[in-house]
Amino acid sequence: MWNPPYSSYLKEGMVAAWPICLGYVPIGLAFGVLAHNAGLAPWEIGLMSLFVYAGSSQFIAVSMISNGAAVIPIILTTFTVNLRHLLMSSSLAVYLQRLGVGRLSLYAYGVTDESFALNMSRFRDGDWDWRKALTLNHTANLAWIVSTIIGGYGGQFIPAGAFGIDYALPAMFICLLVFQIRGRLFAFVAVLSGLLAVAFSLLFPGNAYIVMASVTAATLGVFLQKGCEKGRKCTEES
Amino acid sequence: MKTDYLLLVLGMGIVTYLPRWVPLIFLSRRRLPEWLRQWLDFIPAAVLSALILPALVTTGEPRHLTVFQPALLVSMPTLIFAWKTRSLAGTVIIGMALFWVAGMFFS
Repeated sequence: MWNPPYSSYLKEGMVAAWPICLGYVPIGLAFGVLAHNAGLAPWEIGLMSLFVYAGSSQFIAVSMISNGAAVIPIILTTFTVNLRHLLMSSSLAVYLQRLGVGRLSLYAYGVTDESFALNMSRFRDGDWDWRKALTLNHTANLAWIVSTIIGGYGGQFIPAGAFGIDYALPAMFICLLVFQIRGRLFAFVAVLSGLLAVAFSLLFPGNAYIVMASVTAATLGVFLQKGCEKGRKCTEES
Repeated sequence: MKTDYLLLVLGMGIVTYLPRWVPLIFLSRRRLPEWLRQWLDFIPAAVLSALILPALVTTGEPRHLTVFQPALLVSMPTLIFAWKTRSLAGTVIIGMALFWVAGMFFS
């Protein structure tokens, strides 16, 4: 059955996904080219994008493949690189109450840095539900899979860096971060997390710095919040 | 080689999926204590900042500080634009345009 409400969910979810798609295309093409150079066929590239669907870990896996790494080390590295999604799914869970296991399982597949950031911002604004969010997830997923496969067929012909497209995702993240700052305490947590992340990223290899910095900053935020409740109010709802 | 690759991709898929799946299943069906809700409320701001800032001020492998790069320069007006307009579409387009122009001067 194709009720009008469903098509409007689809349309809204797909339209909302555009900044992510715009950002995924150049990264996906670049990944496809690298994977092609590492000896992977387009269908193998597509299979990885479909099964894994996590950009940075796919880049790392391909570079490990070209260095002749074995299967287990690549899988372990993938695990540590993608552990940060634990935090994102935890945060999303607040907005996905009362969904069945099947729908949650489908939703889980589409949790990326980008879809998390965009859906969280929409959920907070209201006027957003799991259908639209799921559509957004799968639109972005499709953009990723298709662009990595095209890259695998030889994406070199697309000029690198045209129209500043490489900045689509950073700009989106900056804007979504601004949306998340809903009071002094949020600003404090964000600044602290960013500074800690820079420090940790310089001290430790890999990307554990994301989880380390976020957990530390959010925890300190909770403690400060407790202090604030006793004294004055630090978070104003906007 | 082909079965090896299939195993690899399957393994990568499973270890990537589990951290995405476990919290959704276990946290979405229970009432969370207030402190945890508060903590999770801070997570998006913390994660976004932890993703962005190192990408703007570090480069290379192993990473080192590189403060003078177009990505950081462009982030300032992009941030101000986002703050003033609260428009996602506008911010993405302005950010891209500025980065494109900055790239011409830097290269």
